[in-house]
Amino acid sequence: MSENLLEVTGLQKHFPITKGLFKRQVGAVRAVDGIDLNVVAGETLGVVGESGCGKSTAGRLFTRILEPTGGKIVFEGEDITHKSVTQMRPLRRDVQMIFQDPYSSLNPRHTIGTIISAPLQIQKIPTPQGLKKAVQELLELVGLNPEHYNRYPHEFSGGQRQRIGIARALALRPKLIIADEPVSALDVSIQAQVVNLLEDLQSEFDLTYVFIAHDLSVVRHISDRVAVMYLGKVMEIAHRDDLYKNPRHPYTVALMSAVPVPDPVRRDSAQRGRVLLTGDVPSPINPPSGCRFRTRCWKAQDICATEEPPLVQRLDDPDSHLTACHFPVVDDEAVAGRAPAATPA
Amino acid sequence: MSLGPEASVTDETSAPTADAAEVRGPAEKAIAGRSLKQIAWRRLKKDKVAVGGGIVVLLLIVVAILAPLLTKLFGHPIDEYHIDQIDPTFGTPIKPWGGISSDFIFGVEPTSGRDVFSRVVYGAQTSLTVAFLSAFVSTILGVIFGTAAGFLGGWIDSMISRVMDLLLAFPQLLFSIALVSVLPYSILGLDGRWSRILVLVGVIGFFGWPYIGRIVRGQTLSLREREFVEAARSMGARSPRILFRELLPNLAAPILVYTTLIIPTNILTEAALSFLGVGIPPPNPSWGGMLSDAISTYQTDPMYMIIPGGMIFITVLAFNLFGDGLRDALDPKAR
Repeated sequence: MSENLLEVTGLQKHFPITKGLFKRQVGAVRAVDGIDLNVVAGETLGVVGESGCGKSTAGRLFTRILEPTGGKIVFEGEDITHKSVTQMRPLRRDVQMIFQDPYSSLNPRHTIGTIISAPLQIQKIPTPQGLKKAVQELLELVGLNPEHYNRYPHEFSGGQRQRIGIARALALRPKLIIADEPVSALDVSIQAQVVNLLEDLQSEFDLTYVFIAHDLSVVRHISDRVAVMYLGKVMEIAHRDDLYKNPRHPYTVALMSAVPVPDPVRRDSAQRGRVLLTGDVPSPINPPSGCRFRTRCWKAQDICATEEPPLVQRLDDPDSHLTACHFPVVDDEAVAGRAPAATPA
Repeated sequence: MSLGPEASVTDETSAPTADAAEVRGPAEKAIAGRSLKQIAWRRLKKDKVAVGGGIVVLLLIVVAILAPLLTKLFGHPIDEYHIDQIDPTFGTPIKPWGGISSDFIFGVEPTSGRDVFSRVVYGAQTSLTVAFLSAFVSTILGVIFGTAAGFLGGWIDSMISRVMDLLLAFPQLLFSIALVSVLPYSILGLDGRWSRILVLVGVIGFFGWPYIGRIVRGQTLSLREREFVEAARSMGARSPRILFRELLPNLAAPILVYTTLIIPTNILTEAALSFLGVGIPPPNPSWGGMLSDAISTYQTDPMYMIIPGGMIFITVLAFNLFGDGLRDALDPKAR
């Protein structure tokens, strides 16, 4: 494919934990702790992981709503890691965000017209056809009645509100849209409509998506490539089919096996292949040394505690892809939460 | 373009309640959305108790504004003595019920024979002026410091919060008594009555702002984390825009409610200060001052105590009922 739209290297975001009257820093939540990835123009990069793994924080770092603690973000060849609010303003046109909660992402006191025209007004974008007309065009684009421009958010359903959020993100005709769990607050039937709308818009406006979600099947449907995150780190990145068919990282294997199987005939066999992880996700305040996943991994060995595995493609495995693991899972290996397999790959 | 089934339902979902359908007129008017303000107004109109309170409040405001006219029409000047209405041996009004007659509709003051109606009407002017202006001062200060604390956070927040704690713990009444007793009779070239009103507004307003400030701070803190603020930020909005366009419209409801609810408190504080002799200086009338005067004669002339006491009671009750109704109308979830 073509060039990278977004390049992220070693990105970190630590939220300080303060204590006492003078706000002495006693620690930090390492929400995002060194992630490397790039987003190719025109593709959809899915980001999956369980709650609290730093997906949303990563999304907010890409749009620079949050200030990174470390690392580097390059957008279209321009380093935007530490740009100030004023320096970022022109770039806001190119990177927009769709939010998770359609109820809190729209200001209840503003009409739909005000909400969707806000980006145009803030960025002072001229609308030759008039602001109202521009808003109505956007409403039509996302499948809403253009006559509804002076209604209030509380008069719409969750799916419609999410469409309003999408119209607002589209108003500036961005190149990159960070969608932070855009469908996880919606009913399954509405999810499909919104996901299809996002796909239609992508082909119509040459959009690039970073699609953050915890629903593996939605991500599989929409993404070209998928990144798996765990405790603030990227564990594995691969093309969709590659990742879903040949997961290499033990965490990805466990994650994939947790996807519910709707077919009752296939369910039995799927149940047998289920990998049950023990324990909880460790605290991001004090993550495990070495590999983050070693505390719950059935393949963990001594080296996992001392040496952090880099996110690389292993040379000894031609079918492999970028994986951060010392002992990646191979295709026909006996996995599952059974007895720990002692043999390294 | 995928026009999902939900898009086609929009026209039905637009009328969620029965009364919404009934106000909907011609087809093109049906599209206009109802703002939260309109919905709250509709809800308030249905609340009979709140409407009653609101009517009494409005009536009192009209009375206070028209005090000179009402006195001229139905009463006598506030400092005119009517010794002929007073029993010279006991100092009490000659006529029963505190001297109520067609000429003196609320009776006369014991000893001096001044018209109680005129004094109550002018007392309303004093009480409401002090209550409204001090509520205004409290609201302005409370909103400025509350939003600053909530929105900016950090050490500014800690500082403002500590100041609020300090003011809430401060003995307001003792401070007011001490302050008023050392101040000159006239300040800024105003006469005794208005200069004292000014002092009362300053004192009550200043000690009242932490109540509003805390609420505004809390609301700002919770609103600041909402996704629409992040959305505004991701579009490149500056902080003033976020504050004035995104946050303040959402703060309007609690601010309005709590302003309405501190007005009765302020009326009581003013009455208490006047009762203690540090409010409006005599011979200017005030409800608290009249109550204080009535103490010496309450056994022989109870009407003189009942009338200003009843006025305070009615006013405070009306404001509270209206404020509660307003809160229910603006935020039905808080019930």
